[in-house]
Amino acid sequence: MLYKYTVLKNPMTINYLGSISTDDLPTTFTKFFLESVSVGFPSPASDYLENPIDLNQYLIKNGAATFLVRVSGQSMINANIADQAILIVDRSLKPKHGNIIVASLDGEFVCKRLQLRPRLCLLPENPEYQPIYIQHGQDLDIMGTVTAAINQFK
Amino acid sequence: MKLLALVDCDNFYASCERVFRPDLKNIPIVVLSNNDGCVIARSKEAKAMGVKMGVPWFKVQQSYLANGGQVFSSNFALYGDLSTRVMRVLEGMVENIEIYSIDEAFLDLQHIQNIKNAYEFGIHCRNIIHQWVGIPVRIGIAPTKTLAKIASHVAKKRNGGAGVICLHEQTQILNVLKNLPIDEVWGIGRNLSRHLNKIKIYSACDLMNMDIQLARKKFSVALERTIRELRGEKCLEIQNRIEPKKQIIVSRSFRTRVEDVKILETLVSNFAVRAGEKLRQEGQKCLQVSVLIATSPFNKNLQYRGFDSFRFSYPINDTRSILMGARQALYKIFKQGYPYAKAGILLSHFSNPSMIQKSFFDGMHESKYMHIKQDNHLMRCVDEMNKEQTQIYYASQRPNQLSPIQKKMISPKYTTNWWELPTAN
Repeated sequence: MLYKYTVLKNPMTINYLGSISTDDLPTTFTKFFLESVSVGFPSPASDYLENPIDLNQYLIKNGAATFLVRVSGQSMINANIADQAILIVDRSLKPKHGNIIVASLDGEFVCKRLQLRPRLCLLPENPEYQPIYIQHGQDLDIMGTVTAAINQFK
Repeated sequence: MKLLALVDCDNFYASCERVFRPDLKNIPIVVLSNNDGCVIARSKEAKAMGVKMGVPWFKVQQSYLANGGQVFSSNFALYGDLSTRVMRVLEGMVENIEIYSIDEAFLDLQHIQNIKNAYEFGIHCRNIIHQWVGIPVRIGIAPTKTLAKIASHVAKKRNGGAGVICLHEQTQILNVLKNLPIDEVWGIGRNLSRHLNKIKIYSACDLMNMDIQLARKKFSVALERTIRELRGEKCLEIQNRIEPKKQIIVSRSFRTRVEDVKILETLVSNFAVRAGEKLRQEGQKCLQVSVLIATSPFNKNLQYRGFDSFRFSYPINDTRSILMGARQALYKIFKQGYPYAKAGILLSHFSNPSMIQKSFFDGMHESKYMHIKQDNHLMRCVDEMNKEQTQIYYASQRPNQLSPIQKKMISPKYTTNWWELPTAN
């Protein structure tokens, strides 16, 4: 709020003219004068307005721990993960036997199905690719569990 | 017992660079300042190689790279995103948190009853952040902020430890403070520590035993507070309100030296425009704009630094006014014949736009400086149009001189750009 004082002709008299708000004054005025006001029957849906569907809400449970990773290659095609698909990776979920995961293996990220039994192994979902058995001394860090894959067709 | 914790990310920028580069595990990493000028962050391995903080990159480049080090230009989009994630995880764990900087936060542990539980909480917290975000942190737990800072400092020194240190028992605190030089205590700068050394106060323990009356009389209330905090008396509370910024700085080093005042003016104008955008983003208005110009600190023969301010009679956030003030200040400090290497703009003396007090003498000032302009609507329009990509320039800028910041070795924006996501095979 701004208190506005105006000095009138006689410099010793100060008249207090009231207060005006400095915020958004022009916008309010523009809207008020330029936009037409509908006088018809109000929309019957107005009481039932809901937010549009939000994909984030559906696909991401834990935002702080979720990262997106792009797939390169066909090795997971039978798990419906195509080349260039975008993976939703949740780092907060503990990876379990049978989960699809993103891991770093010898300094590179790979997306495979995790097999813990009978032997630690990363399984591709494409018969043309070989399973990766983790050898002693080999570096395998699991980054997180893949909770969804987005394949784009167009 | 009331405890609090300081969570501090280890070598934050360097750690961020490692999150999506598993191949860089155990490899030295340094991160450079804007324009790739100086080293501003180092991984543990780079520190071990002897790369000092703030050293100009060109001085260490050759030997560092020859020894297999990795270097990055700063990628603040990535650091900012990962920092936000770390803070969000912490916010989910305690009720009261103060985000102290991009890589530090104080947590209120009042819900934790004893020190054993506090320690376990620290370990849990550290594991969760590492698993969820991929950033290693260390945690100091103590009764006061100053002691928590020291605890986290101890955790850093103890390489390979659990990364969590609790400082609460008197003997244990004494032991640590005895071996800690005062300039490593939070809030004790280099100058102050020199003065304290003169009166034979060398270690944090000496400081803790200093006479409080003397500290307040000869030095300051702030020093008194530090002493009390070292003794375990809580003086500084956790502030979860976000303090509004008190100043905005935009400054850069140039790639080539500039001697011509006209060119300098276009560069300063670019910084002023950016500063204006930031000011309006913060929802603030400022009363003062200052300009700094400086020669290179490495050119020992011709050295000059100029700094001057322009004061407005009422708070403004209109870029045209900022430009006018900047120009006035620049021409006052500019000296012919120096190769300028750096310039900057500082906006200060903020006031909230909704609480403006108009000066009785405004009219007279304005007649002297006819150029003070303030138009919220116009600025909002310009900001909206320039949001995605600059479309409107001010006349004193020169778009082709807007050489973007040099970042030759920047990593992808892994978390904020669809086209730069990490890939997996």
